[in-house]
Amino acid sequence: MRRRSIFGLVALIATLVVLAFLVIPIVAIFTNSSPVRLIEALGEQSSRDALWLSLRATLIAVAVIVVLGTPAAYLLAMREFRGRALVLTAIELPLVVPPAVAGIALLASFGPQGILGAAVADLGIELVFQTAGVIVALVFVASPFFLRQAIAAFAAVDTRQLEAARTLGAGPFRSFLTVAVPSARSGLGSGLALAWGRALGEFGATLMFAGSLQAVTQTAPLAIFAEFNSPGGFVGALALSAVLIAISAALLISVKLVGGERALDAGAQP
Amino acid sequence: MRRLAPLGALAVLSALAGCGGGGEPQLTVFAASSLREPLGDYAETFAGAEVRSSFAGSDTLAAQIRQGAGPDVFAAADNADPAELHRESLVGKPVPFAANQLVIAVPKGSEIDSIEDLTEPGTSVLIGDPSVPVGSYTREALSRLPASERRAILANVRSEEPEVSAVVAKLAGGAADAGFVYVTDVEAAAGELRTVPLPASLRPEIAYAAAVVSGSGERQLAQRYLDGLLEGEGETALRRAGFLPPP
Repeated sequence: MRRRSIFGLVALIATLVVLAFLVIPIVAIFTNSSPVRLIEALGEQSSRDALWLSLRATLIAVAVIVVLGTPAAYLLAMREFRGRALVLTAIELPLVVPPAVAGIALLASFGPQGILGAAVADLGIELVFQTAGVIVALVFVASPFFLRQAIAAFAAVDTRQLEAARTLGAGPFRSFLTVAVPSARSGLGSGLALAWGRALGEFGATLMFAGSLQAVTQTAPLAIFAEFNSPGGFVGALALSAVLIAISAALLISVKLVGGERALDAGAQP
Repeated sequence: MRRLAPLGALAVLSALAGCGGGGEPQLTVFAASSLREPLGDYAETFAGAEVRSSFAGSDTLAAQIRQGAGPDVFAAADNADPAELHRESLVGKPVPFAANQLVIAVPKGSEIDSIEDLTEPGTSVLIGDPSVPVGSYTREALSRLPASERRAILANVRSEEPEVSAVVAKLAGGAADAGFVYVTDVEAAAGELRTVPLPASLRPEIAYAAAVVSGSGERQLAQRYLDGLLEGEGETALRRAGFLPPP
């Protein structure tokens, strides 16, 4: 009994320490400066350009991820084939690769001197120093967050329901759309939110691959860094940070509301 | 015994945190990213302390010092950043210790050989962010051009990089046609880049200044490090890397 109560106390203290450590920096963003000054700082053109660019680029990136990633995740969840574990590992690798490595990897593949650089240029596509390059970087770093959750969610779909749909005459596409996607929706939703959040926060790969130019490639995180570097820019950096935190929090909360309490847990245990 | 295990883990952690403290005192130097080569060499030859250098844009380093980072020495690519910190009593009086030259860097084999070539539509140009010294020198140089040329070049700017080393890296990777950097950067990347000098009338005066940080616990060592930049091994390393004597 005594040991248990000591453990209970230790666990409580650990929880409080963890909570304080995670919450204090977030609270500090909002309280370090007065709300009036934060809102004033958001009035700057460079801040508004950065937020608008971040919104556009992340929306496009998330759309690309969902459109391509949903059927891909479905296939990977349903099919057994040789090398499946290898494919799943390859998909998850960008999850743990440092952003700077992602930037180098993108330059080495799609950059002007990259292995596919000439092919990309021949297609008339410009990526480096362009908004399109930002989107490529976002898709690269954020898609594993969606794929991972989506694969787990599809794997958890009751195959008997799919079979029932087939016997009732639904084709593979129809049963995917009307049975698999609806039953996996909370996992898909949480994957979408996590991918979106990761895309919003992308910094290193964007800077290295796409550069930093106001209204073209300077996303909100890059603008935060630029503000931090300018004399007296700390408030501006805080203000942009506050907006990003608010958006991320809204993303998390909306997923919890839509998908129920378990939305964010689904797929967390693969 | 088992209950002591966490204590043991704590002891190991604190030993790890405190490691490297054996014998020599440590000197932490915040230096402009263009100083990477000479001050990297100087750090190795500096006697009496283990020198740890952090290289970044002078503006980033100044912002970090303002937020409470505590290096012993701040060596910037301008006088403005340390002078501003001096006004805020965060560093001692800045001492100019070197001069540099702003140039246009182009990849080897490029056909660009004058600043006028940068006005060609479609030429991709990289400059520093306005807050980093190389960015403000570049804007100073461009401001001395006729307005139409200046506008044409600014329209070709594809990225405003947070530090000069990022401009150099992107040029070396063939990502852009030209960039505004220091002559010493091109010398350090001589295998990949070539210098296109600016006309004398456009060249801004570029003085690097360093100061001892007020909160330093190693002020004497820091002062000795600073002195060595003016006369001694630091100076030798700076000349070897192509830096000029201070104005």
